[in-house]
Amino acid sequence: MKKEIICTVCPRGCHIDVVGEGDVISSVEGHGCKRGLEYASAEFAHPVRILTTTVKIAGGANELLPVRSAKPVPKEKLFDCMEVIRSTQVELPVASYDVIISDICGTGIDIVATKTVKN
Amino acid sequence: MLKTDVVVIGAGAVGCAIARELSKYEINVIVVDKNEDVGGDASKSNSAIIHTGYDATPGTLESQLVVAANPMYEKLCKDLDVPFAKIGAILPAITDEQFEKLPEIKEKAFRNHVYDVEFLTGEQLLAMEPNLNPEVKGGLYIPRESIIDPFILVQAYAENAHANGVEFLLNTKVTGIKTENGKIKSVETTNGEIETTYVINSAGLYCDEIAEMVGKAEYKVVARKGQFYILDKNTSCKVEHIVLPIPTKVTKGKLMCPTIHGNMLVGPTAEDQESKVDKSTTAEGLNSIAVDVRNLVPNVNLRDTITQYCGLRPNRNPEGLHFDMYEDLEGYVNLSGVRSTGLTLSAAMGKYVVQQMMYHGLNLKLKENFISKRKGIVKFAECTLEEQAALIQENPLYGNIICRCETITEAEILEAIHRPLGAKSMDAVKRRVRAGMGRCQGGFCGPKVIEILARELQCDPTEINKNNAGSYMVTGTTR
Amino acid sequence: MYDVKCDVVIIGGGPAGLAAAVAAKEEGAANVLILERDNALGGILQQCIHPGFGLTKFKEELTGPEYYSRFVVKAEELGVNYMLNSMVLQVNPETNEVFCANSEHGLTRVQAGSIVLAMGCRERTRANIVTPGTRPSGLYTAGAAQRLVNRQNIMVGKKVVILGSGDIGMIMARRMTLEGAEVVMVVELMDYLAGLTRNRVQCLDDFGIPLKLAHTITRIEGNERVTGVWVAPVDENKQPDKSQEEFVACDTVLFSVGLMPENELSRKAGVEINPITNGPVVNQYMQTSLPSVFACGNVVHVNDLVDNVSEESARAGKYAAKYAMKTLADAKREVKCVTGRNVRYLCPQTIQVTEEAEKVSLYFRVLWPELGAKLIARCGEEVIAQKKEFRVNPGEMCHVTVDTSKITGDEIVVEVLKEEA
Repeated sequence: MKKEIICTVCPRGCHIDVVGEGDVISSVEGHGCKRGLEYASAEFAHPVRILTTTVKIAGGANELLPVRSAKPVPKEKLFDCMEVIRSTQVELPVASYDVIISDICGTGIDIVATKTVKN
Repeated sequence: MLKTDVVVIGAGAVGCAIARELSKYEINVIVVDKNEDVGGDASKSNSAIIHTGYDATPGTLESQLVVAANPMYEKLCKDLDVPFAKIGAILPAITDEQFEKLPEIKEKAFRNHVYDVEFLTGEQLLAMEPNLNPEVKGGLYIPRESIIDPFILVQAYAENAHANGVEFLLNTKVTGIKTENGKIKSVETTNGEIETTYVINSAGLYCDEIAEMVGKAEYKVVARKGQFYILDKNTSCKVEHIVLPIPTKVTKGKLMCPTIHGNMLVGPTAEDQESKVDKSTTAEGLNSIAVDVRNLVPNVNLRDTITQYCGLRPNRNPEGLHFDMYEDLEGYVNLSGVRSTGLTLSAAMGKYVVQQMMYHGLNLKLKENFISKRKGIVKFAECTLEEQAALIQENPLYGNIICRCETITEAEILEAIHRPLGAKSMDAVKRRVRAGMGRCQGGFCGPKVIEILARELQCDPTEINKNNAGSYMVTGTTR
Repeated sequence: MYDVKCDVVIIGGGPAGLAAAVAAKEEGAANVLILERDNALGGILQQCIHPGFGLTKFKEELTGPEYYSRFVVKAEELGVNYMLNSMVLQVNPETNEVFCANSEHGLTRVQAGSIVLAMGCRERTRANIVTPGTRPSGLYTAGAAQRLVNRQNIMVGKKVVILGSGDIGMIMARRMTLEGAEVVMVVELMDYLAGLTRNRVQCLDDFGIPLKLAHTITRIEGNERVTGVWVAPVDENKQPDKSQEEFVACDTVLFSVGLMPENELSRKAGVEINPITNGPVVNQYMQTSLPSVFACGNVVHVNDLVDNVSEESARAGKYAAKYAMKTLADAKREVKCVTGRNVRYLCPQTIQVTEEAEKVSLYFRVLWPELGAKLIARCGEEVIAQKKEFRVNPGEMCHVTVDTSKITGDEIVVEVLKEEA
């Protein structure tokens, strides 16, 4: 299988061709640097993204707490994670980096607060 | 069933002016309008000018009413607290051909009994209006041409009429009119039937449809589209008078003038169309404004535009402003052809209609306790720092600025919502206090106004509309 | 009237104001006060919940709230004062007074040693770009929609067309998609992407959202709520080809068509405004034409990275503090910075040359994209700084750094040259 990956490491935006099957990569072409090579290989085998969204604050009128995944989550799980986050409410107070949902969707990654909200 | 003496159809400038005039007398009046707010259609999208009638067709009812109305505004606007300024108009002739037309225009003004039109030289005009085309050969000065806040004028008529007992049924569309033995019997609406002796058809764009309900469709409304630009208050090239082009046989042309709030207004186009609902601006129309107005004011900077809008003037075919009452249909009053001069002539039309109804047998007794004055919403932005300090002390909500461009406070918005005939939509708030009328066009205050409206009207944000039903602002919550 | 005195007053508590406040305090100003119109500090970053901030400044990828929170913590540690819900109404540069409205304290008069303008920018609207059509509901600037979705728990629509491929537009495309809306397409007038490639990949490509380059919205339809837009390709003069117009049904249009520095207060105060940036003319201290008034961040020129805003705002804060404490060095002379080939504007526009040599970075945007570019600063024919870039484009700010001791004459020209192959 061949995939064209646009590198996002720097603004140059190299178009990198990766050939391989699953985790096994047979060739990478078109990268401009070593970081690009690493990025393209990872993006081919296991594309991951930081998920950022909001969680409803319980009891508040319409207050939202901004949250993020502590580490990038597998790209294909983004919508599953959103489902879980949508049905979650958080009690105040919350401090930055408090874990709001641990091990979301079995990824081993936590959803954490990105802001402190006192009462 | 509701019962009244008079049903006025249409809460535009003319309908509300008539209602206010009637409210001076012992008579029950209901105003119905299909829209969610007073202000009509044509009454809220026009050039906001109070004309003198200098260019009307002499001898017509339109000439008579516009000429009569102009001098009324100074006192009327004082009584009803409506922003108004007599800034005067100039009519510069740029070409020799235009210059030769000036005597004819002045003479026509004379025949319209507008005697105060003066010739000015090119130099005098440039001294008055330095941004004018330097080629100007000379022109006319029409000192009583004035500018007004058209939204506030209609609200003021309506609020004052309401304070004097007139009822307003908004979001209410007239679906039929019942007659019996050559007399008006009742008006059927989407909110029930109203028994009444008189019906005044001041439905503007839709007056032919109302007329048809009583079999008096002797004319057709032809919507004449007018597109406008509004420029930022900070625009580099401004004018201080209403700068009018010399009319041609085809069109009155496109003007540039300040608005009462210090923006620049440029337009309109004049395009006849079938549709009464198509109020879309077009690239062609807007371009034509740019081309024409540059003849008058070469450095006008249309890139400073903060909005463009389009109004539909309710012209009619056959043409002309008409007032009709019928011997075979007692109680029916029909107004048609109330076009671009409608805003101006509203003040006179109220009086004219009432007088005509009296000639036709209506007995009216003056109210003893008529309230002649109306107080508008205090404008925080126009106060001195000391006055602002006092306002905040009296009501802390004056300290919460919601609209940054126009400096509109939460206190003003709450008053717009809670006063009689108060605002229920985003546009209704905007037309009362100007939140969202500035250069960011509600980008900053819009989200806040949605929240305030929902809170004050005790409804869900999804129920807040931009204006009429169906113009919902938001679709739900995210969580 | 409520009276307050301070050394440095900062108008705006977003990233620019916060960085200026921290730096002013660090420079030794005893009393630093931020006036913020919102109910919290952080400015626009409060609604920028996405990652991508801080890569330069903190060498890690932060979300907007994480980024500004670091400055808030620092400001609180240093004892920066702030007033929230305070909209500044007037700046008086003669008396160094700033008047603001506040519900709690009433009308407030702040008397300061120096003033820092940090009001940020506002979005250009549908009307600014004169998109014809009707005026229904459902038309939002991307930032207004972002505020509603991310801060007010309000969803603005279900089927969305976005005009403008700037970063805010693309980020809203992803945000709306994650919240369950269908983003039909992103339409871009230019024939190149306005924002970062990374956002194209992660906000559009990831979700299969089509990007229509060299297209525009020619008309808006719908009388109550928007029912759709007409989209057409444009020629090299950006004129739409009406014969290829296509109707795209939607209930929401988001406009991400540029930002404008918000300088109403500056203008009223009499600060000289540069017609290209629409922001105050400043020197390397971020000092405006009025000596006691400094300016920083997007109020000066619209930045693409908040990290740059923090850097230049720290300079504004530092020198505003020096001004208030009367320790700002006197200039020997003033040098004008002049735009040369493929340079749209420069910031700062003037340099104060003092006894002491210093390094000054001249920030600028190019007019058109170019591959293999050489950035040059010269005095007359003498090149005093240069630097090579693999690629320059209008969406990404460039800079060259000059040493003030090398400046000759009263002018520096900055230009972008095509590198010899």
